[in-house]
Amino acid sequence: MFNKFTRNILLTPFLIWAGLFIFVPLIFIVWYGVTDYDGNFSLGNIGLIFERGYLDALKLSVELALISTVACLLLAYPLCLILTERQRDNTTIISLLFILPLWMNSLLSTMAWQTILEHNGIINQFMKLLDLPTFHMINTEGAIVLGMVYNFLPYMVLPLFISLSKIDRSILEAAQDLGANSWQKFFRVILPLTLPGAISGITMVFIPALTTFVISALLGGGKLLLIGNIIEQEFTFQYDWHVGCALSVILMIFIILNMLLTTAFDPMKEAGDEH
Amino acid sequence: MKFKFLALLMLSCLMFGVAGCGSTGDSGKKEQVYVYSWGDYLDPEVLKIFEQETGIHVVLDEFDTNESMYPRVAEGAVHYDVICPSDYMIQKMIGNNLLQPLDFNKLPDAKKYIGEEFFKQAETFDPGNKYAVPYCWGTVGIIYDKTKVTEPVDSWNILWDEKYKGQILMQDSARDALMIPLKLMGKSMNETDKDVLAQAQEMLKKQKPLVQAYVVDEVKEKLIGSEAAMGVVFSGEALIILQENPNMAFAVPKEGTNFWIDGWVITKDSQNVDAAHKFINFMCRPDIAVKNFDYLGYSTPNIAVKDLEENEEYKNSPIAFPSPDVYKDQETYKYLGNQMDEYYNNLWMQVKVD
Amino acid sequence: MKYIKQIYLAIIFLFLYAPIAVLIAQSFNASRYRGHWTGVTLDWYVKLFNDQRIADALSNTLSIGLLSAGIATILGLITCVAMKEFSRKWRATFMSITNIPILNADIVTGISLMLLFMGIGLKLGYVSILLAHIVFNVPYVILCIMPQLMTLDKSFYEAALDLGASPFKAFTSVILPELRPSIFAGFLLAFTMSADDFIITHFTKGAGVDTLTTAIYAQLKLGVHPEIYALSTLVFVFVLIFVILFAINRRKLKHIEEVI
Repeated sequence: MFNKFTRNILLTPFLIWAGLFIFVPLIFIVWYGVTDYDGNFSLGNIGLIFERGYLDALKLSVELALISTVACLLLAYPLCLILTERQRDNTTIISLLFILPLWMNSLLSTMAWQTILEHNGIINQFMKLLDLPTFHMINTEGAIVLGMVYNFLPYMVLPLFISLSKIDRSILEAAQDLGANSWQKFFRVILPLTLPGAISGITMVFIPALTTFVISALLGGGKLLLIGNIIEQEFTFQYDWHVGCALSVILMIFIILNMLLTTAFDPMKEAGDEH
Repeated sequence: MKFKFLALLMLSCLMFGVAGCGSTGDSGKKEQVYVYSWGDYLDPEVLKIFEQETGIHVVLDEFDTNESMYPRVAEGAVHYDVICPSDYMIQKMIGNNLLQPLDFNKLPDAKKYIGEEFFKQAETFDPGNKYAVPYCWGTVGIIYDKTKVTEPVDSWNILWDEKYKGQILMQDSARDALMIPLKLMGKSMNETDKDVLAQAQEMLKKQKPLVQAYVVDEVKEKLIGSEAAMGVVFSGEALIILQENPNMAFAVPKEGTNFWIDGWVITKDSQNVDAAHKFINFMCRPDIAVKNFDYLGYSTPNIAVKDLEENEEYKNSPIAFPSPDVYKDQETYKYLGNQMDEYYNNLWMQVKVD
Repeated sequence: MKYIKQIYLAIIFLFLYAPIAVLIAQSFNASRYRGHWTGVTLDWYVKLFNDQRIADALSNTLSIGLLSAGIATILGLITCVAMKEFSRKWRATFMSITNIPILNADIVTGISLMLLFMGIGLKLGYVSILLAHIVFNVPYVILCIMPQLMTLDKSFYEAALDLGASPFKAFTSVILPELRPSIFAGFLLAFTMSADDFIITHFTKGAGVDTLTTAIYAQLKLGVHPEIYALSTLVFVFVLIFVILFAINRRKLKHIEEVI
C-alpha cells in the first residue's frame, strides 16, 4: 500500500512507545522474577512456584478460562449471525447495545451477580416463592465461569460482529446457489471468513479470563484460587514481588505459547505472504 | 459527521483535563497536608471544618489494605504526610525507617483525650509511643444468627462444628485466619514456632469443607443478607451488622482475640510536618472524634466520646464501648519480620490452594 | 426458526441486563446495604448530586477515558496500517509486542509502570494515569482494527491512486470509511477498559486524584455507597438515551439520503 519508507515512519511512534512503556516494564518484571531479595540471580522463585502447588491453580485457571472462551464463542456466533441477518444497517447501534453492559463497572456488576446467585439471592428467593427446591450456585466453579462469560462476552461479540457484517452478501448467495446447505454455508464460507475476528475475540476473552482475580474472589468465595489471585496475593499481602513476577513470567510464556498456537491457525497467512 | 462529533468530544475533554490540572495547580499556594487513610475512614464533614479553622487544605487519598498502601509509601511514589495504618504495619514501617517520631508538645489533645490503656497497648508495636496516636480500635469475634445457632457461642470451637457446614464465613487473611486455631490451642497469635504453626494450618485445612467462603469486606453484606449462620468479623463491622439485622448477635470467644489498633503516623519525608501535627491533634479533639465515631461505628480510644455521644443505641452498645475486661490482656499483632510474614502467608496460601 | 432466534436473543439480553437491573433496583433501596431491601427511596440520588468527590472522580474518569481512548485509537490505527505492510513474520512479532500489556496481570503492569514513572521522574498524578491507560488501551484498539484491515479489499485504494489521488487522500477517503466500524469499536472498547480499570490506576495515581473505580474500591471497607449505584444508573440511562438518539438520527439521515 505504501512504500517501505512511509511504512517505517508510520511504525516509529509505536516502536518508541513500545520501547518505553512495554519493554522497560517488562525488563523490570523479568529482573524481579529471576533475582532474590538481595538482587542476586536465582531461579529459586520459580522453584517455589512448583513447591507451593501453584501449578494446580494455574491448571484450574486454564480450565476455567478455556471453558469460558468456548462458551463465549458458542454464544456469540449464533448471536452475531442472527443480528447481522436481521439489521444490516444498524450495525453500530447493535454493537453499542452489546457494549453497553460493559459500561457498568465490572466490580459492581459482578457484585450484582452475587446478589442474584446467593443462597438468599434473587433466583433462590424466586424458587422459594414457587415452592421449588433452591440451588447452591454461589462459590462454585460454575459461578466463576458465569461471571467470566458475563464480563467478557462483549469482547467476543464485537470483533465477530464486525467481521460478520463485512461479509459480502453475494458470497453467501453464491454459496446457496451452488447448492450449499446452511451447515456447509457456515463451515465452508462464514467460518473461514470470520476466523480472524474469532481469533481476536478468543484472545480478548481468554487472556483476561486467565488473569482475573476479582471475579473469582467475588463469585468463588475465596475458596477457589486462580493464578490471578495468587499473583495478586504475592504482590499485596506477601509483598513478595519476586515470586509474583516469576509467576507473571510463567503466565506470560504460557499465554504467548497459546497465541502462537492460535496464529498457526490464522487463515490470513496467505494474504500476508504476498509481500 | 460521526468523526466530527468524536473530535468535538475529545476536544471538550482535553479542556476538561487542562482545567483539572489548572485547579490542582492553584491549590499549591495554600498550606496543604497529604493524608493517606483507609477508605471511608473519616467523616468528610470533619475535613471541611479543619480547612475552615486552620486554612490548611487536606488532600485525602484512600487505600483498601495495609498491603496496597505499603509499596506506594515505601517506594516514595507519593509524598504523604499523615497515614493511618494498622498496628503490625506501623511496626514494619518504623522498622524500615519510613516514619518520623511525633512531637507530642504539638499534640496536646492526643495526650489529654486518648485513653492511657490504648497507648499502653500501642507499645507492643510502637515501643515508647514515639510514632503513633491511636485512632480506631477493636476486637475480632464471631457474629451469629440467633435463629440458626441456638447453643451459646463463647468459643472459637463452634467454627469447627459439622452442623454448620456451608454456613461459616472466615476472614481471608493469613494473620486473621491463623490467629483462631492458635488461640484455640492456647498459643500466641504472634507464634513463630513452625511446628505449632503447622498444627494450626492443619486445623484450618480440616475446617475448609465447612466454610462457605473466605471473605474480607464482603462479610458485612453477606451477613446482613443472612447468607450464613455465622462469621468472623471485626467489632466495628459487627456493630453495623447488628443495626441492620436484629437476628444477629456478637460474641468475643473466651480463648482470646486480636486487639487491633489503627493509628495516625507521620512519614519520614513529610514536607508539612507542622500541618501534619495539627491534623492529628485535630482528629483527637472530642467534638471531632464524636463526628468520626458516628460516621464510622468503629470503637474510638478517645475517652471523651462516650459522654458526648447522643445516639443512645451507640452509647449503650457493649460492642462500641466494651467493658475493659473484653480487651484487657488481649494480644495485638506484631510484625514478625519479612521471613516469618512470608511463612504465615504461605501457610495460608496452602490452605486455600489445597 | 424465527421464534427460536428471537428467544435466543431474548435470553442473551436477559443475561446481559439482569445484573444491571439489580444495580438499578439497588439505587432505590432505602438500606445502605446490598441484598437487604427496606423500601424505596430517592435519597441516594439527592446525595449523589451533593457529592463533590464523586463529581470530581466522574470528570476524571470521563476525561481520562476519552483522552486515552482517543490517543490509543490514533496510535493503534497508524500502527495497524504500518503493520499490514510488513511480512507475516514481522507482523506476528509486532502483534505479540502489542499484546504484552494485556498478557500481564493488571497488578504487575500497575507496579511496573509505577516504578517506570518514578524512574523517569514523572510526578504521579493525572498525566501518569493517562499514560498508563493509553498503554493498556493500545492493544485492544489494535485487536479491533487489525482483523478488518487484513480482510480489506485493496483494489479501491489502488484505483484511487491510479486516478491521481495522493496516498494520504486515498487513505482518508477510501480506507478510513471502510474501517469506521472497527475504529469506532476500538475506541469504545478502549474507553470502557479505561473507565473500568482499578488496579493499574491505583498504582499510578497521585494523591487526591481519583477515578470512579478508585473511589469505589476505597469504599469497600464500609460497603459500597448506594450513591454509586445511583450514579451507575444515571450513566446507564444517559448512554441508553445516547444510543437511541443515535439510532433515530441515523434513520433520519438514511431517509434524507433516499429522498435526495
